[in-house]
Amino acid sequence: MPSLPDVMTPDAAALAAAAAAYPAPDTHQDAPLAPARAALVEFLTRMGDTTLVLGHRLSEWCGHGPVLEEDIGVANVALDLIGQTQFWLGLAGEIEGRGRKADDLAFLRDVWEFRNVLLVELPNGDFGQTIMRQFLFDAWHVAMLRALTSSSEPRVAEIAVKAIKEAHYHLEKSADLVVRLGDGTEESHRRMQAALDLLWPYAGEFFLGDATDAVLAEAGIAPDPASLRSAFDATVGPVLAEATLAVPAGSFAQKGGRRGIHTEHLGRMLAEMQFLQRAYPGATW
Amino acid sequence: MEAHARPAPDEIRRWLADVPDPEIPVISVVDLGIVRDLAWDGDTLVVTVTPTYSGCPATAVINLAIEAALRARGIADLRIVRALTPPWTSDWIGDAARDKLRAYGIAPPIDGTAADGRMLGRIGRLTGASNLTVACPRCASNRTERVSQFGSTPCKASWRCTDCLEPFDYFKCI
Repeated sequence: MPSLPDVMTPDAAALAAAAAAYPAPDTHQDAPLAPARAALVEFLTRMGDTTLVLGHRLSEWCGHGPVLEEDIGVANVALDLIGQTQFWLGLAGEIEGRGRKADDLAFLRDVWEFRNVLLVELPNGDFGQTIMRQFLFDAWHVAMLRALTSSSEPRVAEIAVKAIKEAHYHLEKSADLVVRLGDGTEESHRRMQAALDLLWPYAGEFFLGDATDAVLAEAGIAPDPASLRSAFDATVGPVLAEATLAVPAGSFAQKGGRRGIHTEHLGRMLAEMQFLQRAYPGATW
Repeated sequence: MEAHARPAPDEIRRWLADVPDPEIPVISVVDLGIVRDLAWDGDTLVVTVTPTYSGCPATAVINLAIEAALRARGIADLRIVRALTPPWTSDWIGDAARDKLRAYGIAPPIDGTAADGRMLGRIGRLTGASNLTVACPRCASNRTERVSQFGSTPCKASWRCTDCLEPFDYFKCI
């Protein structure tokens, strides 16, 4: 990924006010960041890692899609998500103030430093499972980005305003496919129900907040994760009903990814994704 | 000899109207609506460009092409800045560019039909029916159907005409 110049914002006054809220960057590399700055960096890393890991997983379908159009479609969604990753991780590095760019964060951190939700690091499974994961992600993504468009941090807001256009397009496609496959043949229905049963508890992680989320919600930077649940249910419910799929009972939620506790799958994925920069540091093309 | 000639932004915009989009060379970067601002900061020309899609791989090539075109016109000192706000929309593609797209075989976008909840798209989805049709860029028939929401580049979808049977690209609406 080529590094792009820093995001420009026309809202200079709000930007200056937001910047004044954070103490100056620490000059010592190992010194802890001030709490407000650390919370914002953590949030941006969670957003960027989630779009990065899902983007990479989707890219694994390239050349393996069930039909050409879907192969291209999945690859295009991956491209949008990796583009959004450059915005989120680029801003994370900028606010962290230690000179790390989006590429450094993507390629030179180890697995316990990743903050993506577990849902997106799971192996793709069959195409139905990939589409179900995408649908659950898209439904949350649109709700989250909609909330972020009114973030008190203007640089977060402008990324959200850009990304939500793409997220809407993704949701339209994944919802359409969930209905077609869920209400399709006996075989496709069985696979989609199995995918939903497997992935539903992982979607629960989207709505679990912690101390970082509380700091961000208090500052008006990002919503309380739990507040997105109703919008998510309102999107997902009717689509699953139309797809003749049954929402699993129970409210158990898998968790850990947002604080760096991952499944065994992420390390293997990173081993492949990061190989080039690890073996040939600083390589460009 | 004039040491610091600073051509007017309108003139520079006309120069950039000759810089083709690398993936759809029939339209220019100005036609596409991604050149958002041209201004002089002292003797440095600041060109503000917005991306179409977040991950569009043509973005870096577009910046290089803009830079090369301006250097060829004698502008030595320039800076390209990325702006995300306001976000690009396919509605910004001008009328003349839409004709060029059609002539090239790409159905131009229909304004206001993006999936982000703007009026026409929302009505279409709520009612489950829409009288909006994408005309075939080859035979102008309105009997067309969508093959896929995605296509050969991030900005296009795949459609086909059920009259002349030709597949064609439709500009995605965002």
